[in-house]
Amino acid sequence: MPFQFELVTPSKLVRSETVHMVVVPGTEGDFGVLEGHAPVMSTIRDGAMLVFKTEGAQPETIEIRGGFAEVSAKGLTVLAEYAEG
Amino acid sequence: MASLKELKGRINSVKSTQKITKAKQMVAAAKLRKAQAAAESARPYSERLAAVVASLANKASAKDLLPKLLVGTGGNQRHLLVVANSDKGLAGAFNSNIVRAALAKAAELKAEGKTVQFYLIGRKGRAPIRRAWPDAIVAQFDTTDVREPGFNEAAKIADELTAMFEAGKFDVAHLFYSKFKSALLQVPTTLQIIPIAGPPEGVQDTAAVEYEPGEEEILAELMPRYLRTLVLRALLENAASEQGASMTAMDNATRNAGELINKLTIQYNRSRQAAITTELIEIIAGAEAL
Repeated sequence: MPFQFELVTPSKLVRSETVHMVVVPGTEGDFGVLEGHAPVMSTIRDGAMLVFKTEGAQPETIEIRGGFAEVSAKGLTVLAEYAEG
Repeated sequence: MASLKELKGRINSVKSTQKITKAKQMVAAAKLRKAQAAAESARPYSERLAAVVASLANKASAKDLLPKLLVGTGGNQRHLLVVANSDKGLAGAFNSNIVRAALAKAAELKAEGKTVQFYLIGRKGRAPIRRAWPDAIVAQFDTTDVREPGFNEAAKIADELTAMFEAGKFDVAHLFYSKFKSALLQVPTTLQIIPIAGPPEGVQDTAAVEYEPGEEEILAELMPRYLRTLVLRALLENAASEQGASMTAMDNATRNAGELINKLTIQYNRSRQAAITTELIEIIAGAEAL
């Protein structure tokens, strides 16, 4: 079940796509986001974010620094000051 | 009446000025496109951040636990005016419009009996502000080495402001910059950045959101970020405005130079003709006298 995932940095909108699962490096531990995740807002620590396009697919790694993640009914939005991947 | 040689010299000098203004206009047009694109691509981030801050600020349970950046020190006595200018001239009234807005605000605050201080970004605002407020400039952020303002500069400025705020150097900060409407229109704008003037009212969504760590911690981490974003947006808007103003000013200058050249050329031709006529008359008169 795909959901909307957005990764935004101050310089641009890096990603806006539908994905299967994203593993976000939260300050209090990594958490995976699937479709229908409860609304959460968490700060993130510097680290790698894993993006699974489809179920069982090879994850894509995006290095992110400084920011936070928000899960709402609309999907997952990650605001990072820096992203590479 | 100027001599032919003088006129020719003036025409040439206006011509070379025109070449400079034309070149500057084309450079500004190219840079404007880039600066505009940068300003636009920064928009999603700041919009989302504003939305998040708004929803958090509305939801946060204990208002007295809110970070000071959001609610202020409670005082309203010492004001810091952050004035963002450019480093280069040749941009029409771009810099003086911003400075004028800042000075007007400073005068207004002074009339209310408040203390006013200035924090300057860029070089061009320094002279006029120092003339009006000789001792009020507390700090200046040098952007002469910066080609395109980006997140790093914004972060540095915002962090410096946050540090000053936390050290209790001021209560309220206003940011002056020029909002980019179009190449022809830039609007000098004042934005209260500390305490952060109410971010747009977020849509109250009723879903219970979980916060990791807590609401206050997130908000505390979020506010400096939000401030950086506000500064970044101002810097980018300013950069686009500068190029727009420069383009318009240089376009006008090029056109004026063209008109001046036409006028001088007509004058040159007239006096050349007059000289030839005089010479002919002298020759004919001389021949007749024989």
